Amino acid sequence: MQRIGLFVCHCGSNIAATVDVKKVTEIMAMEPSVVHSEDYQYMCSEAGQEKIIQAVKEKNLTGLVICSCSPRMHEATFRKAAQKAGLNPYMVEIANIREHCSWIHKDIEEATEKAVILARAAVAKVNLNTPLKPGESLVTKRALVIGGGIAGIQTALDIADAGYEVDIVEKTPSIGGRMSQLDKTFPTLDCSACILTPKMVEASAHEKINIYTYSEVEKVSGFVGDFTVDIRKKARYVDMNKCTGCGACMEKCPSKKNLSEFNRGLGNRPAIYTPFAQAIPNVPVIDTEACIKFKTGKCGLCSKICAAGAVDYEQKDEIISQKYGAIVVATGFDTINLDKYDEYAYSQSKDVITSLELERVMNAAGPTKGHLERLSDGKHPKEIVFIQCVGSRCSDDRGKPYCSKICCMYTAKHAMLIRDKYPDVNVTVFYIDVRTPGKNFDEFYRRAVEQYGVNYIKGQVGKVIPQPDGKLLVQGSDLLDNKQILKEADMVVLATAIEPNPDVRKIATMLTASIDTNNFLTEAHAKLRPVESPTAGIFLSGVCQGPKDIPETVAQAGAAAVKAIGLLAKDKLMTNPCTAQSDILLCNGCSACANVCPYGAISYEDKEVNDHGIRETRRVAVVNSALCQGCGACTVTCPSGAMDLLGFSNRQLISEVDAICL
Amino acid sequence: MSIERNDQFRPKIVAFCCNWCSYAGADLAGSSRLSYPADVKIIRVPCSCRVNPMFILRAFEKGADGVILCGCHPGDCHYSTGNYYARRRMTLLFSMLDYLGIERDRVRVEWVSAAEGVKFSTTMNEFVDSVKALGKNVRLGDLRCKN
Repeated sequence: MQRIGLFVCHCGSNIAATVDVKKVTEIMAMEPSVVHSEDYQYMCSEAGQEKIIQAVKEKNLTGLVICSCSPRMHEATFRKAAQKAGLNPYMVEIANIREHCSWIHKDIEEATEKAVILARAAVAKVNLNTPLKPGESLVTKRALVIGGGIAGIQTALDIADAGYEVDIVEKTPSIGGRMSQLDKTFPTLDCSACILTPKMVEASAHEKINIYTYSEVEKVSGFVGDFTVDIRKKARYVDMNKCTGCGACMEKCPSKKNLSEFNRGLGNRPAIYTPFAQAIPNVPVIDTEACIKFKTGKCGLCSKICAAGAVDYEQKDEIISQKYGAIVVATGFDTINLDKYDEYAYSQSKDVITSLELERVMNAAGPTKGHLERLSDGKHPKEIVFIQCVGSRCSDDRGKPYCSKICCMYTAKHAMLIRDKYPDVNVTVFYIDVRTPGKNFDEFYRRAVEQYGVNYIKGQVGKVIPQPDGKLLVQGSDLLDNKQILKEADMVVLATAIEPNPDVRKIATMLTASIDTNNFLTEAHAKLRPVESPTAGIFLSGVCQGPKDIPETVAQAGAAAVKAIGLLAKDKLMTNPCTAQSDILLCNGCSACANVCPYGAISYEDKEVNDHGIRETRRVAVVNSALCQGCGACTVTCPSGAMDLLGFSNRQLISEVDAICL
Repeated sequence: MSIERNDQFRPKIVAFCCNWCSYAGADLAGSSRLSYPADVKIIRVPCSCRVNPMFILRAFEKGADGVILCGCHPGDCHYSTGNYYARRRMTLLFSMLDYLGIERDRVRVEWVSAAEGVKFSTTMNEFVDSVKALGKNVRLGDLRCKN
């Protein structure tokens, strides 16, 4: 029988206010295998851990039960304490009497009773615990960054500067991401391209960084320190090594009327194109759906004009398989689809645009060459209405429940820039709240109001009605003056909610990284591990984790890089010792376990067994503990009960069930 | 310690929660102070696929009134496919429950992510209510040999 030491943590008043810790300590002292029972204010403190170490030494304990917060918080702490005391760290179990008990129950008697039952279940489990030894696995010193926007670029630069190889995989033909589409950035009004392009150039010139543009992650296998990733390099139909980037092909291409993705569909591009002038790499791709050569077999003008002979219509997709130690997700965002917001007439009028579209309109390289024009008739607008929170902070399922965070600031920026360049234009902003937390943010917004005379109205817009004369009638309310407002506008700009890149679901599934109900990637701990996924070796950079502006994205990108560097700097990692194990006496070699194993960790060997005096050679399952991740799928599949999971054995789990149902 | 008090029926409920999603969801319910009845006791498992249907029958045999299995949403399993296996096994268990004469409503399977503290709490509240409505589980107890 084990000699168990049981410790009940007060966690200040977090536990002690609802659970009678003294009573739990007393009741548990009567359990047969518990030889030491004690309560203390803060078990996680140095003094608390010292108590554990003392007790282990004095009473020769073989197992520990800590009744405290979630094992997700302090399991590692107490395992280390056990190790210090000379005990195997896996002889420790936690009874979660805070998150699962004291914090959710009001009645002291009820909570105390539950705490005792949870403690009993933990004691029952420890009674059956065995010392476990983690294995070791090697770390591949190379990182993968998925997404080549500012988040991905910054993460890659930081990892590469630390001396590790980094690959960036970017879906579109160029790195740069959303930031490359922006005209100016708040709150300093820097030109977005001017501050982004040096970073893009730095990344592409960095000897440790390898960029795969027009490429997608196709398959991920392996685990922390040793991922294997298949990357699909889509056919560009232009040879990257030969192309000089002269641009002659784009000029001569006869298929010019294709909507430019970069300009949000507001302008056109040829069938052979680079998304924007500063694209990196400056190598065009052929859009096969628009290309006349691909559609009809005739044309081939680009190939004829190309002096370098770089155009190759026969090019095929290429699959690159590469090993990585760490993966950073930096997949960014898009604006939501506005189909469900028909009241704003977005689909009916060309003069109702999203803020991201306005960025392109304001940009010198955009569809209007930077002139503020109505997209319907090219006329200069006199009245512009901005509508905030389109799809953000939405209580129904049309939009998103969260605040998109960046809209208040970019709207202030747009309003300010318009008033600065065109003082004759009146700007009105309909808002629910103006949210400007951030360095120099509120000052910036106040400048828009006070210095530039932007008219802010607290209230929502119910409807935008296109008029026969081309104007837009905006029906809104002014909550402060408590009146209805009818306003004629020439242009309406919608501060459209942002959402994670639609591809993130697919990527999260491949990485087995969890995502929340809004498709943002979940962090390992909301406060303390904000740039790590709960899946080891996966890190989060930028808006894929939650709405962020550029400074925050860059900061988080650096933080994700540091976490990845911390992992890559290690030569070896300790592996989880809770792996499956097969009992060769029970195994009949049926292959059921190997069929359900997601890691291919189970193989079959002929082994000599001594079954009650009968010696024979049998085909039995053997688990490769370096590959096994400890899910336990095989343990339940096994028809003869030969497979068991160390640390979560059948007997351990049944003993917990029994203790709870007692 | 007695579970039944004040003559009011207090069901015994075992909740198996996978380490990666649902256990974290339960932690989030806790830190967000989203209450659910103390009748629910959680057992941590690495994955929902670690839960042998036999554990559930064992719980009923030992006097549990309801058992709930919580795992990651389909497609979100930390081990890629574990929750799919769990789902199939539980489907089989449901027909076995019919055979044993145990009401299906005493067993529930729910997908709760690490971010769904609210869902965890409401699920537990609902489940406890539905088990309470069924009353005490005596069926497997009756089947046991009495000595």
